[in-house]
Amino acid sequence: MSVEVRAPMPGKIVKILVNVGDLVGEDDELLILEAMKMENPIFSDGEGTVKEVKVKEGDAVKAEEVLLIIG
Amino acid sequence: MVEAIINGLSGLTTGFQHLFIDWRNVIMIGVGGVLLWLGIKKNCEPLLLLPIGFGCILVNIPLSEVMMQDGFLKVLYDAGIDTELFPLLIFVGIGAMTDFGPLLSRPSMFLLGAAGQFGIFLTLILALWLGFPMLDAVAIGVIGACDGPTAIYVTSKYAPHLLGAVSVAAYSYMALVPIIQPPIMKALTTEKERTTVMRYAERPVSKTTRILFPIVITILGGLIAPKGLPLLGTIMLGNLMRESGVVSRLTKASENEIANVVTLFLGLCIGATMSGPAFLKGQTLLVLALGFVAICLDTVCGVTFGKLMRLATGGKVNPLIGAAGISAFPMAARVVQKEGLKYNKRNHLLMHAMGANAGGQVGSVIAAAVMLSVLAGMGLI
Repeated sequence: MSVEVRAPMPGKIVKILVNVGDLVGEDDELLILEAMKMENPIFSDGEGTVKEVKVKEGDAVKAEEVLLIIG
Repeated sequence: MVEAIINGLSGLTTGFQHLFIDWRNVIMIGVGGVLLWLGIKKNCEPLLLLPIGFGCILVNIPLSEVMMQDGFLKVLYDAGIDTELFPLLIFVGIGAMTDFGPLLSRPSMFLLGAAGQFGIFLTLILALWLGFPMLDAVAIGVIGACDGPTAIYVTSKYAPHLLGAVSVAAYSYMALVPIIQPPIMKALTTEKERTTVMRYAERPVSKTTRILFPIVITILGGLIAPKGLPLLGTIMLGNLMRESGVVSRLTKASENEIANVVTLFLGLCIGATMSGPAFLKGQTLLVLALGFVAICLDTVCGVTFGKLMRLATGGKVNPLIGAAGISAFPMAARVVQKEGLKYNKRNHLLMHAMGANAGGQVGSVIAAAVMLSVLAGMGLI
């Protein structure tokens, strides 16, 4: 079963810390989202392999937008 | 000839001779040094602590004429503090910098911004109980606004002899918000409350609403509390310029050049009020202690109100966001975000806290305005 990691708030992706194929565990840091001039870490919701990264560094994202998929 | 040279050279030692005549000046030069260290080395509000610290050193050097009649800091003080002009100009800049969007998209957050001001009134009562005269107690209570310019405005108008202590307390505690708030937030909440996830869904705010907000708040606030109109009017003027989008030159000047120049002058003037004999009194320590209590009480009231909102919404609200209902913007909201993530890695409270924080910014100004108007109604000012 795949898990979608979504943006908790609008902002800008400043750093992507994983690549497609990486194994990640629950609570691992996946990317950094800048909102209101604050860098916020986005953590993994579950264990698995990163199947798809849907954003790139510098992208502006909306709240609830899918950032990456873990399978 | 030799005697003239010796006399001339002895003139160079006069300052050293006077240095230890009043030990309070020596201590205050040290205090100025500590403020500089906090600003430069610890990055605590450096834009203010650096000029305050330097102003403090300048005024405590023996035979210094900077605060004498026609001294350059006295000229600045008379022009900008005595007239309350500097804090008001800073407010135009703050209004120009502040995005009230998170508050306008969730107006209920304004309640937290109001709750976070109760510390002002509780501290006012405490100061009165400790024997401070009414106007001094008002100035001390306003430290609880967690808002430097508001504290300076009120104090310079009604208790100018406390200006140094109140300003230092207001700005120091604002810088210490990330240290002061977290233990209180933890003590007042259960683990279940702290780990409550609040999802954020974007709600767009129309341009008309953004433009009407500063106009309506100014008129309504001015009618309710005319004594605070200069405070409210200047912050809302800055915000109207920002949201209208038609005077970007003025907006940029307000948030950059004007705010920067006035911040320098304001900091120097505050430092200049910190001469040893005027500052080193038991009363100053009491003001600093009460200011600390005020900010703790703000946090207690904000978080407690957050718990009430949680009750009213059937557990949907994380009460930690109540701590952001103070004016220290955006620092208090960032503290809430960090604390929320500490207890639950999927709990991003930032946007909710920003709403409460923006509410706290307006709330602190309104609270000060209301307090002044009530006192005016009672015939005390």
